Amino acid sequence: MLTAEEQKEINEELAHYPNKQAVCIDAMLIVQRRRGWVSDEDIHDIAEFLGMSTADLDGVATFYNLIRRKPVGRHVALICDSVSCWIMGCERVRDQLCARLGTTLGGSTADGRFTLLPNVCLGACDHAPVMMIDGDLYTNLDERQIDPILDRYK
Amino acid sequence: MSPMERPLTSNLRPDGNAVDIAAYERAGGYEGLRKALTMQPQDVTELVKRSSLKGRGGAGFPTGMKWSFVPMGANAPKPKYLVANADEMEPGTFKDRVLMEGDPHQLIEGMTVAAYAIQAEVGYIFLRGEYRCSAQRLRAAVAEAKERGFLGHNILGSGFGFELHLHISAGRYICGEETALLNALEGKRAHPRTKPPFPQVSGLWGKPTIVQNVETLCNVHHIVNKGPEWFRTLSRSGDGGTKLYGVSGKVNRPGLWELPLGTTLREILEEHAGGMRDGLRFRGVLPGGASTDFLVEQHLDTPMDYTEVQKAGSRLGTGTMVILDEGTCPVGMVWNLEHFFAQESCGWCTPCWSGLAWTEKILLAMEYGKAEESDLDTLRFQTKFLAPGNTFCAFAPGAVEPLQSALKYFSGDFHRHIEEKRCPWR
Repeated sequence: MLTAEEQKEINEELAHYPNKQAVCIDAMLIVQRRRGWVSDEDIHDIAEFLGMSTADLDGVATFYNLIRRKPVGRHVALICDSVSCWIMGCERVRDQLCARLGTTLGGSTADGRFTLLPNVCLGACDHAPVMMIDGDLYTNLDERQIDPILDRYK
Repeated sequence: MSPMERPLTSNLRPDGNAVDIAAYERAGGYEGLRKALTMQPQDVTELVKRSSLKGRGGAGFPTGMKWSFVPMGANAPKPKYLVANADEMEPGTFKDRVLMEGDPHQLIEGMTVAAYAIQAEVGYIFLRGEYRCSAQRLRAAVAEAKERGFLGHNILGSGFGFELHLHISAGRYICGEETALLNALEGKRAHPRTKPPFPQVSGLWGKPTIVQNVETLCNVHHIVNKGPEWFRTLSRSGDGGTKLYGVSGKVNRPGLWELPLGTTLREILEEHAGGMRDGLRFRGVLPGGASTDFLVEQHLDTPMDYTEVQKAGSRLGTGTMVILDEGTCPVGMVWNLEHFFAQESCGWCTPCWSGLAWTEKILLAMEYGKAEESDLDTLRFQTKFLAPGNTFCAFAPGAVEPLQSALKYFSGDFHRHIEEKRCPWR
C-alpha cells in the first residue's frame, strides 16, 4: 500500500506532466526514498495508482540503475569507477572498502549496515577518486580515509 | 586582450555556496530576460544565430539554427517544450554541476530567454539523480524566481508564461542522448528514437521540443544582454563565447576554468592545470570526455575549438579533458572506458550491445596478459563495425573513438601486453 504521504508527493509530481505514466520514475524514487528499495508489491501498487500494467512499470524500473529492485543496507555507498577515478586509484579504494566491510561490489554487509555499488562518473573528476554515501560526496580519497568515513554511518 | 571576461563564472562564490536571487540581480541578473521580453521572439533567435553559439554538450550543433526549426506562430502545436539537459554523465565531465551548484539562477534565466525565443510554455531541467546538491539549489532558485515573477504566468507583465519543473533522473548514461532523454521524461525506458522526426518538430509527447545542454543555455541571456558581437569577441575562434575547460588526471592542479573558446591545449594544461604532477611525462589526452579520440604530444598546440580539434582527429566534446600519463597503462585505461560503454549500452541495437561487450572482454583479457595477436584484428574490426551509420544512435561510434585512437598512438603498449603476457604497469 502506498502511504498517504507517498500518494501526496506523487500527486504533486502529476501536476507537472500531461499524463500519469510520465511520473512513474518519480513515483518509484519517492517510494524508494522511504523504503530503501522498490519491491514487487510496490511495483504493483505504483502501477495501479498510475493506471499502468505492472509489466510495463517493471520494464521501466529495471532500465534505470538508481531504482533498486533488491533490498539494500541502511547506507548505500556508490563508488565511482569511471576513467578519471580509475587513473587516480579507485581500484585501491574499492579493495579497501570491500576488505573493511567484508563484502564485494554489489553486495551488502551481513549486519545490513552497508551496500556497496559501483557507479559511473560522479562528476567530481578534479577531486578523484570519489564516492558518495547516502548523498554525501567524499573526494580525494585514499585508503587511510576509508575507516573514519565509514565510522560516521552506523 | 583586456581583462578576461568570464560571463558564465563571474558570479561563482569562493566559498562554494550558491548565489541567491538578490545577489544575482545586483550583479545584473535577469536583465537579459527583461530585454528579451521587449523583443520579437524570432529576433532573439536571430541574435543567438549571429553569436555563433554552438552546443556545449558534445555535438556542437549551432544553437540558433536548432531553434529556427521550431514551428512558430498562431498555428504552431501547443504546448512547446524546452528541456535543459543536466544529465552530466560523460566520464571526466564536471562543468554543468559547477554552474548549477554555484549560480542556479543563471540557468533559469537562460532557459526562460530560450523558452521565450521558441515560445515554449513548459520546461524541464533533466537532472541526473546523483547531483543532490544541484537539485536542492535549483529547487530553491526556481521557487525564488517564481516569487519574483521571472517564472510562471505572465512573466514581468509581458503576457508570456513559462512553467519550469525539475525532473530527477534515475540513472543511465544514454539519457544524455536527446531522444532517449525524451523517452525518460515520458516515463519510459530510455531508448533513443528514430530521427526524423527531429525533436524540434516532434519531441516530448509529440510536441515541438528543444533540448540544450546546461552550459549552452547559461550563455543565452548574456548574448541578448550584451549582443552577438560582444559574444564573438570573447572567443579566439570562429565560434563565439567562452568555454568551461576542465582537466582531471595526474596534473598539479586539476580543475575547471572559463577561458576563451580556442585556448590551446598546451595553455590549459601548463598554465591552468599546472603541468604534469611528480615529473610524470604527458602521453595523451581525451579532449572532451570518454567518447572522444585521444590526442597526443604533437597536438598540444591545437586551439580547443570545434574546428581545430576535429582537424587534429578528435572532438571538442564537453571540453573536459582526461590526461593519460606515462605511469598509467593505456590498455587499462581503454579497458576502463569500454567497460563503461559496454555497461551503459541501452541494449536497443545489436551491434552496440554485442560489439561493445565483446570489445570489453578482449581488452580485459589483454590487460591481464591473456590476449593474442589476432585479438588486435578483432578490436580494429570492432572500430569499423561500430562506426557511424552502423548503429541506431551515436553511442557506439562515440564509444570506439578512444579505442581506435589508442590502437593508433599506443600500439606498442598493446603489443607489449601480448608479448609479455602481463600488464607492464601492474
